[in-house]
Amino acid sequence: MATASSMISWSHDLDSALTNARGNQRPILVDFTAAPM
Amino acid sequence: MYPDPKVVRYITEHLEPVRVHVRDQKDEYKRLSERYNAQWTPTILIVDSDGAERHRIEGFLPTDEFLSQVELGLAKVAFQRQNFAEAERLYRELVEKFPSTDAAPEALYWAGVSKYKGTGDGSALGATAKAFRERYQDTTWAKKASVWG
Repeated sequence: MATASSMISWSHDLDSALTNARGNQRPILVDFTAAPM
Repeated sequence: MYPDPKVVRYITEHLEPVRVHVRDQKDEYKRLSERYNAQWTPTILIVDSDGAERHRIEGFLPTDEFLSQVELGLAKVAFQRQNFAEAERLYRELVEKFPSTDAAPEALYWAGVSKYKGTGDGSALGATAKAFRERYQDTTWAKKASVWG
C-alpha cells in the first residue's frame, strides 16, 4: 500500500472540478492527503 | 492504493480526482477541510456535482476495500439523484465484484431499497431479506433487512 501516485491526473482546484463535474455528470473524488506530491 | 492500476483506471474512468495537500496547499486545505470537516489524512470524499458529500473514506485501505468504498459512493450519488435503476446496478455490481469486502452487505441492502424505490415492488425488500439469510448474516445490514421478511 502506498500513499501517492503520479499516474492519476489530479486537479488541485475543487471549484474548477465542480464546474467540470456539472458538465459531464461525473462525481468528484476529493483526497485530503499528507502524502508526498 | 493509487499506484494500483485497478485503482488508477477506476478513478480515471468514473471520477474527477482532486487532491488537497495538508502542507503544500495550506490555505486551500484549511478552507476545504473546514467546509467538509476533514480532520485526518487521508480523508477521501465522494462529492456530487453540486459539491455535496455523499460518501467518506478515512484511513488507508487495501485495493479491493478501497474500490468497493468508492463504488459505494458512486451508487449513493445515483441514489441521491433518484436514479434508482443506476443505483441498483452499481450496488449489485459491487456485491458481485467485491463480495468479501465490508461494503458488500451495505450494498446488498441498498440494492434492495433502490429496486423498491425505482419500481414500487415491495417484493424487492422481501427478496433482500431472503438474500441476507443466505449471506452476511452477522452484519448490521442483515439485522436491518430482517424486518422485511
